Amino acid sequence: MDYITIDSKKVPIEGEKNVLSLIRKAGIDLPTFCYHSELSIYGACRMCVVEDDRGRIFASCSEQPRPGMVIRTNTKRIQNYRKLIIELLLASHCRDCTVCHKNGMCELQSLAYKVGVHNVRFPNTKEQKPLDMSSPSIVIDPNKCILCGDCVRTCDEIQGVGAINFAFRGSNTQVMPAFNKKMSETDCVGCGQCAAVCPTAAISIKSNVTAVWDLIEDKNIRVVAQIAPAVRIAVGDHFNIPKGENSFGKLVAALRIMGFDQIYDTNFAADITVLEESAEFAKRLESGENMPLFTSCCPGWVKYCENKYPEFAKNISTCRSPQGMFSAIIKEYYKEQDEKEGKQTVVVSIMPCTAKKGEILREDNFTDGRQDTDYVLTTTEIIRMTKEMGIQFDKIEGESADMPFSLASGGGAIFGATGGVTEAVLRHLSAKKDFQTLQDISLVGVRGEDGIKEATVDFNGRELHIAVVNGLANAGKLLDKMKAGEASYDFVEVMACKRGCIMGGGQPGPAGPRTKKRRMEGIYRVDASSNIRSSDENPAVAALYEGFLKGKEHKLLHRNLHE
Amino acid sequence: MRLENREALANKREEAKEAMKRPSHRILVCAGTGCLAGGSAKIYDKFVEMAAKVEGVEVDFGSEAHKGVHMDTGVKRSGCHGFCEMGPLVRIEPSNYLYIKVKEEDCEEIFNETILNDRPVERLLYEVDGVKYETQEKIPFYEKQTRLVLKNCGHIDAENIDEYLAVGGYQALEKVLFEMTPEDVVNEILESNLRGRGGGGFQTGYKWKQVARQQEKQKYVVCNGDEGDPGAFMDRSVMEGDPHKMLEGMMIAGYAVGASEGYIYVRAEYPLAINRLKLAIAQANEAGLLGENILGTGFNFQIHINRGAGAFVCGEGSALTASIEGERGMPRTKPPRTVEQGLFAKPTVLNNVETYANVPMIINEGSAWFKGIGTEGSPGTKAFALTGSVKNTGLIEVPMGTNLREIVYDIGGGVKNDVPFKAVQIGGPSGGCLVTRDLDVKLDFDSLKKLGAMIGSGGLVVMDENTCMVEVARFFMNFTQNESCGKCVPCREGTKRMLEILENIVAGKGTEEDLDVLAELGEAITNTALCGLGKSAALPVLSTLKNFREEYLEHVVEKRCKTGNCQALMQYKINPELCKGCSKCARNCPVNAISGKVKEPFVIDQATCIKCGTCLDNCPFGAIVKES
Repeated sequence: MDYITIDSKKVPIEGEKNVLSLIRKAGIDLPTFCYHSELSIYGACRMCVVEDDRGRIFASCSEQPRPGMVIRTNTKRIQNYRKLIIELLLASHCRDCTVCHKNGMCELQSLAYKVGVHNVRFPNTKEQKPLDMSSPSIVIDPNKCILCGDCVRTCDEIQGVGAINFAFRGSNTQVMPAFNKKMSETDCVGCGQCAAVCPTAAISIKSNVTAVWDLIEDKNIRVVAQIAPAVRIAVGDHFNIPKGENSFGKLVAALRIMGFDQIYDTNFAADITVLEESAEFAKRLESGENMPLFTSCCPGWVKYCENKYPEFAKNISTCRSPQGMFSAIIKEYYKEQDEKEGKQTVVVSIMPCTAKKGEILREDNFTDGRQDTDYVLTTTEIIRMTKEMGIQFDKIEGESADMPFSLASGGGAIFGATGGVTEAVLRHLSAKKDFQTLQDISLVGVRGEDGIKEATVDFNGRELHIAVVNGLANAGKLLDKMKAGEASYDFVEVMACKRGCIMGGGQPGPAGPRTKKRRMEGIYRVDASSNIRSSDENPAVAALYEGFLKGKEHKLLHRNLHE
Repeated sequence: MRLENREALANKREEAKEAMKRPSHRILVCAGTGCLAGGSAKIYDKFVEMAAKVEGVEVDFGSEAHKGVHMDTGVKRSGCHGFCEMGPLVRIEPSNYLYIKVKEEDCEEIFNETILNDRPVERLLYEVDGVKYETQEKIPFYEKQTRLVLKNCGHIDAENIDEYLAVGGYQALEKVLFEMTPEDVVNEILESNLRGRGGGGFQTGYKWKQVARQQEKQKYVVCNGDEGDPGAFMDRSVMEGDPHKMLEGMMIAGYAVGASEGYIYVRAEYPLAINRLKLAIAQANEAGLLGENILGTGFNFQIHINRGAGAFVCGEGSALTASIEGERGMPRTKPPRTVEQGLFAKPTVLNNVETYANVPMIINEGSAWFKGIGTEGSPGTKAFALTGSVKNTGLIEVPMGTNLREIVYDIGGGVKNDVPFKAVQIGGPSGGCLVTRDLDVKLDFDSLKKLGAMIGSGGLVVMDENTCMVEVARFFMNFTQNESCGKCVPCREGTKRMLEILENIVAGKGTEEDLDVLAELGEAITNTALCGLGKSAALPVLSTLKNFREEYLEHVVEKRCKTGNCQALMQYKINPELCKGCSKCARNCPVNAISGKVKEPFVIDQATCIKCGTCLDNCPFGAIVKES
């Protein structure tokens, strides 16, 4: 076995591509801003510089390990360089830490403390730049940017969008859209993955917390909340709850304390989505029109497809997303009661997703010109509200959500992970619902972290070709292949974020590989512990179809695609 | 006409040689940028007008504007002659007289005396120390040089492939295609120990060898013509004056490594070079020296031009290839290296203009000949742009290992106005300064590195005692900060802070601690920056700090700049002996810093004074003095 020596410790080389990985394997948490294992090597922050036995100094992230290398990670010289780099970054950085919403979670702040920078000798002479607030999903504050480029690479490499890049030179360099455009004028899909990787508060989620507090305060308003599948397994992250544990009950309790009037589970609407989308799929399969069917639950994906591949827009299911369906149902459900009580119902949806903030503003999601979802709060924002109220989240007793819209099947629950929608649709389409059948469906190849998963299943004697994609760059690859005639499918599920909603742009960070794994497991645990596994077996859904939804299915559950 | 085989090329070359011999006289008017600014276009027009009346006289010029004339009268174009200080220059062949500082009015005399009667016009000849030099070759500026790369510049028509053929052009290409295997070519270049002229001094042959052994089918040859150093124009002269030499070098590289496509990255600020290259590529294509199945050998090669948008950092290899690909020009981490994954992530040979221009000579004359020139570690010649406080500014080419004294005093003719020599800034913003004690150091890649400087692309700025070295450091730091790509923290933020400190020092607001911070930042940037440009960004400051620390101290401790360069450290004072109290200074002062009673001496309030010098210009009695 080949070794390299790191701080006098022999470390075996086991396929690591760079020295930094070996250093971390050796138990040294060398700090970095721009290194991410899922992104290309960038080498800009220079925090990971090390020194070899010949006195050569290099960045360990971009150095290939060579057998016999002898390096030191913490010589006096290296320590000084690291401190100086942080000092230089701080010197050009807005230092209003105490009032920054990233306070306590900012990597610059935490590394400055770790590395031991106690004094900044240079004044901040940088010109203050205006914030870009134009996007409904994210806010860009260039004054807090350290130009690590993580957002730029995520947007380009993982999401294939490329809405932001570097502009200008020298110390005037800035991350922004090309040609001085605003974010709202770009191809940004609002996925928020840029905000998720940002080490500081330079890119952040556009907050609706204040607006929602105001609604809650208003006694004439009925504030109805719906909680998306992936929120429950991440909301506990900042409250000492084990990663991936289902905190739905606690969240319901917390929302009640906050003053939400009604609290429902979006999993219920996911079950309706399964029924609607399956029916649409069966119809298209029959007619052969607009095949393959693309799922429509993910607003990032819908926008990406419309922006970059408009020729495929007709393939997107006409179904609203679970959020969209649910808000329309809620508004319709309370219509009479509102009139009677002289109240107004508003829907606040609690989502793992920043793109949902954009989805609710789309007119094709409106009912008779009315915006159905009033506000979207991300998991991160609901954590913020919980903290603001001082709710001891880890200590409160879990409660049940309100009826009649909170009974859900496991099929609805797994919408939160990549492959979940497909699996739920397959369960519904399957004639048999026994344990073994469900087990077989889970193994056809739609689960897991791979960017593009393909499966072939038997349906009424014909082979269905299915693709499940996560990460928009992967979606681009798939569509390119379809365009070139190299691939053809019947059903395509796309989730914009890698691993699906569990890693949405609105989920709390930081989330390393272990957290990602736990969240995925958490989602499937919710499913496994459900009494009902298939959406069509949900009695509450059946009752709804039989009840006030009758005759309004198309109006409330599908996108309004007329001009 | 397409040359189908070797024989056709030989015939074509003979034809071209004959054609070149035809005229009885050739008048070469320099059309380099310097001479054009001096009015050489009008001189050219005048000669064309007179030559039209006489059989067999050719006028040679370099301006695009005269293309129309070219068509009608067979007038030709050449590039820069290099002796820019003495421009506009006119060279007469075959007598090889070189006339300096020629004016339009001189043309008639030159024509009547030299062309019609073969007599020199004495008063227009170059003269130094009482000696007049009739021919160009004898002038010390030229005599001390070894012009190999620049040999054809100013001597042949850069817009006519025939002239290049006539002086032996494409002979090296012919040789490699018909007599050498690709391995032979790589070995010959390797053996010659040719080192990259772009700054790094990396062995060219080694680079080629690494690209040649890559398995990828698609490979590229890229030429770096993004000469961004302020004051450097060696590569421009080659591209403008002898473009085919560089193309030939690229083709040979393509043959050696198995590439069939080449890219030239030229700054958009070099329009003449771009036009000349375009024309040269078109002519080479027409002659079948570029394109498919060159000279019937089955070797294919095509060259594209990419214009750079003026970013200094695009001279860095990986930023340059990114720019060609249409990306933002930013250096990337290595590995992968350019030889493995360069342009479009394919194996790429990347050399600069001067390096490629050396290749045909090495192939023609052999590596042993090449190694006979220059030093052992750095064979061959190097072109420098000699500027600043030197009598003979211009473009020069000397063997590697020539010392600074020969360059400054023999070729450059010494410091201007015979002020004592102070330093030379070598290698532009990435380089360092050499001082009096370095005058006898042999200039080559390795010796300069030891002195904390570098050849860089070859800018040589001579500075005399009246130059403030702190201001020089500030100037280069300003350049570097503006041109930093902004990617890595040390270069982006570190140079910003160094610049601010230097700005404070020249403004009289510096402290002694600032010098320590400068050194600390400089050392950190040098050791931790991402790319070569970043690693060398602090060199001008570090080397002036090392060599001229007392000058820095003077600025921060005494708040004094003895050279008088730092305006903020100057004081305007009124000599009470001479002041008549007329109040004119006070009335003209834009900030009301001057006060006094009429008919009594006035005084300047130093705290208010902005040092604009208006009082000095207005005093009728010479009572105002500027003190450092």
